[in-house]
Order: sequence, then structure tokens, then C-alpha cells
Amino acid sequence: MAKRSAPEVNAGSMADIAFLLLIFFLVTTTIETDSGISRRLPPIDDNQDIPDIRKKNIFIVLVNKDDQLLVNDDPAELKDLRQQAIEFLDNGGGVGDEACDYCQGPKDPSSSDNPDKAVISLQNDRLTSYKMYIAVQNELVAAYNDLRDREAQRLYGQTYREMEKNKADPNWRGDKEKLDQQLSVLKAMYPQKLSEAEPKRRD
Amino acid sequence: MSKFKKKTGGGTPGISTASLPDIVFMLLFFFMVVTVLRQTTPLIENVLPTADEVEKLDKKDLVMYIYAGKPLPRYQGQYGTEARIQLNDKFANVNDVQAFIQAERESKREELVPFLTTSLKVDGETNMGLVSDIKQELRQVNALKINYTTRDGDAASNLE
Repeated sequence: MAKRSAPEVNAGSMADIAFLLLIFFLVTTTIETDSGISRRLPPIDDNQDIPDIRKKNIFIVLVNKDDQLLVNDDPAELKDLRQQAIEFLDNGGGVGDEACDYCQGPKDPSSSDNPDKAVISLQNDRLTSYKMYIAVQNELVAAYNDLRDREAQRLYGQTYREMEKNKADPNWRGDKEKLDQQLSVLKAMYPQKLSEAEPKRRD
Repeated sequence: MSKFKKKTGGGTPGISTASLPDIVFMLLFFFMVVTVLRQTTPLIENVLPTADEVEKLDKKDLVMYIYAGKPLPRYQGQYGTEARIQLNDKFANVNDVQAFIQAERESKREELVPFLTTSLKVDGETNMGLVSDIKQELRQVNALKINYTTRDGDAASNLE
């Protein structure tokens, strides 16, 4: 007589049920984190002294209501904006105390003295489209990052963007304190002085 | 006629699938744990512009979201086609922004308030006038850290 074994429960459909649940959660999951251009708004200050900035140290980017660019009173294209901003920031035309020993620009006396003094002023119209505004912001931030990349490559042998990525990565094995210190050196070399004026109605 | 008969099965034995549910459940639990269901349903068109010089916005509990854009077609009868602000699940006016920020701050622990960031999720077709108004309101309540939330991509593709 063969010994009768206990009947086994068929677990085959269990996988189907689990898959059904899995697919539901897969569809409703959003793991991605948002990313974007971070900015700091200027605080409201009533007794505001207007800082004394020489005209040659200001790089005016104007976006009109038809999304056209005017850079220092000359019409410009978005694709050239980054290069123009780099040339302005990296000019280093100052002498004496205001000299910039790491700048590689043409040292034109009619352009900015020092990256520390150079201010980019972004002005827009109320009818400028948001996407154009973001594109311009992006190019200006890219100009700063390109310059910081170059200096980081020279001083530390890696790019600024890589260093920022390492800083944000919790799995990165390395000296975070040293990295922070290096990053602040780079930020001090090319400080992001990007002013956003309140929009005016221009006719 | 030996007592220990050699089992002679035909073909290869079937692979047991009994452990398959365990594997699937493991995956299931992973996704259950990391799942965040979307809290706000957009009432507006929200095609974010693209940019590549971006910073990640982690620590989701420290982010306040302000949406803006044209109302979706099914709300256009009621709210018009002009770009509007959306706070939580409702359409709002510019002067509601301050109250919204205050309410968000109240709901957070006090020591976290200085780290709050405002994420502006604005549709690419919106005019800057509305965005500037929001920015002015944020300055009024001293919520100065903002993030123009974008999609990943080349900035030049915004202009197409």
C-alpha cells in the first residue's frame, strides 16, 4: 500500500495576486525628487541704500515681452548669452587692489574689474514668458558654473559640477569637510551675484 | 525485485514555484515602503520648462509647493483661460499666498521653519508678471528660499 501524503495547497496563483498588488504600487509610485534652479530672493528692506556699483561692473540682461534679449543695450541670442556672461565675469580689468590674478579674460578696462565686483542684472517684462526667463537664468548660472569648473580643474583636478554632485551623494567616500572648504573657495572666486529686478512695464 | 526501486521519472522534474510569491512580496513591500501618493491633483496645465543647471530638492517635508498655470480645459468655463495660482487643491489669488505660507509654517516644527523652501511649479507658458507677483508676496512673508522647479533637459529646447 502506498502511503498517502497530505494534499498540497496549490500556491501557484499566489504569485498572480502578489504581482497584481506589485503592479498597482509600481504605477502609483513617484520616487523621483524635483529639481530646479535655486535662488534666494532679496529681503524687503525699507531704508535700502543703493550700493555704489560702477556701470562697467554691471552686465544688464533684459528680456522683453516678445522674449527677445538685450545684453548691455545690444540685441543678443540666447545661445551666445553664456559666452558673453563668461567674458564679462572673467574679464579682470581691475588694477591694484581690484586685480584678479586667476582671470583669463582680455582685461578690458571698459568691462568688469573683478568677478567679486561683477554683477549680472536680469530684468524682465511682465509679459515675458516663464520658460524664456528660466532659459536665461539657466544660461547665467551655467556661465558661473563653467568658470568654477575651470578653476576647480586647475586647483583640484576635477570639475566643480562633479564636486557638487559628490557633495550631494551620501554614498560618496571622501573627505566632506575638505570638499566643503574647496567648494567655498571656488564660490568665493566667482560669487554668484545675480540680481533680479522687479519687472517694469516697458513701452 | 529489489525493495529500493530506483525512481525513474520521465523527463526533467518541474521547478518549484513555491518561492516565487516570496520574491514578489519582497518587491511589493519595497514599493509599498517607498511609495508616496501624490497629494495635490493639478487643476492647471503644468508643463514645466527645462533646464540643466539644476539642484536637487530633497527633504520633501521641507518644501512648500506653489503651482501656477492656465486652468485645465474643464475648469476654463469657471476660471477663465488666464494663468492662475493653485495652492493645495484650490485655485487661489496672489494675496492668498501669504496666508498659505503662514499655514505651512504653522504645520512644521518650529526649528525647521528657516529651512523651508518654496518650490515654484509654474507652467512654461505663464507670463512673468504672475511669477513676479508671487515672488513679491514671498518676500513680504520673508520666505526667501525659492526653487524654480524644472524638468531635466536642455534650456534651449524651451524656445521651440
